[in-house]
Amino acid sequence: MIMSLTFIALGASAALGFVYEITKRPIELTKLNKKLEAIKAVVPSFDNNPDQEMFKLPTGEGDSLEVFPAKINNEIIGYAVRTSTQKGFSGYIGIMVGFSPDGTIINTNVLEQKETPGLGTKMTEPSFKDQFNGKNPDNFKLRVKKDGGEVDAITAATITSRAFCDALERAYNTLKKGGLI
Amino acid sequence: MSLAKQFTKGFFRENPILVLLIGMCPTLATTTSAINGLGMGIATTFVLTSSNVVISLLAKYIPDKVRIPSFIVVIASFVTIVDLVMQAYVPGLYETLGIFIPLIVVNCIVLARAEAFASKNKLLPSFLDGLGMGLGFTMALGILGTIREILGSGSVFGYKFIKGDGILVFILAPGAFIALGYLIAFINKVRKA
Repeated sequence: MIMSLTFIALGASAALGFVYEITKRPIELTKLNKKLEAIKAVVPSFDNNPDQEMFKLPTGEGDSLEVFPAKINNEIIGYAVRTSTQKGFSGYIGIMVGFSPDGTIINTNVLEQKETPGLGTKMTEPSFKDQFNGKNPDNFKLRVKKDGGEVDAITAATITSRAFCDALERAYNTLKKGGLI
Repeated sequence: MSLAKQFTKGFFRENPILVLLIGMCPTLATTTSAINGLGMGIATTFVLTSSNVVISLLAKYIPDKVRIPSFIVVIASFVTIVDLVMQAYVPGLYETLGIFIPLIVVNCIVLARAEAFASKNKLLPSFLDGLGMGLGFTMALGILGTIREILGSGSVFGYKFIKGDGILVFILAPGAFIALGYLIAFINKVRKA
């Protein structure tokens, strides 16, 4: 009995170790590429490596956000901030948002979400997320219209829309507190 | 039972979803679109076929008392392999299916085939049984996903043919039950006729 269990466990762990070794690099590359693609999508073209120059900025709520500075000739042209919220309809939503040095939102890119397919997932579509582009949260109230703000919520997905605003606001406030914008 | 029958029984006569009604959890949860349903089906087919093969080979060396833990270790290993491979090569699909990939371990189709079939049969019938059952599962998930995608988002395999939204309830959980219920009723009607 012990022999056969030991044998099976050994066989299984050997197979898993082998597959893990093979897939380790591709998994890391996919993750890195995804991050770089997301940064490229939200800030203008840069000539530095924002991933290497990443630094963490405290939000003032007990945690911190990753900030990726985008530079041309060592001059800051924008910040990509990896922000998040727990207020989505299904919990966690991770968003990469780009700010120009004056605090204007350049673009946003949803990295992680588990929202309802067909409803909340519309936040990844241009019809919703592009309304933030070119807006400065200083004079653009990051609240859905129902809550007295200026954001057009997604039909039947107000909670998701609120969560999206929440994540963006966290990024903006963090940069502001850090004195970067 | 002939080998061909071992293979084809999973499609219609003993289809795990539409006739045996096992493995309902991933069925209802992942069939929001045709691609998601098919992806889940193919991942399960791989696990089902490989675990059936390995278990049919090992069965005679495994004492009866520890057969369930042994089967689970084999199944869990294959699921982890699928999990890692999908994460590496199809990250998009991996993200949509999310938690349901690791949960293939507890999909009762997989353990049921190992226990009821593979542990008592030789390599080739077990392989065909796993493949047939897996493809039957994939087919049912694909059909259900396609129906829900057409009605719920007005698209087929991501190609939209209407403007705006479909009947949103079909994307949500109640729509899964409704669509599955009608699909099973239809299959029963055909079987009786």
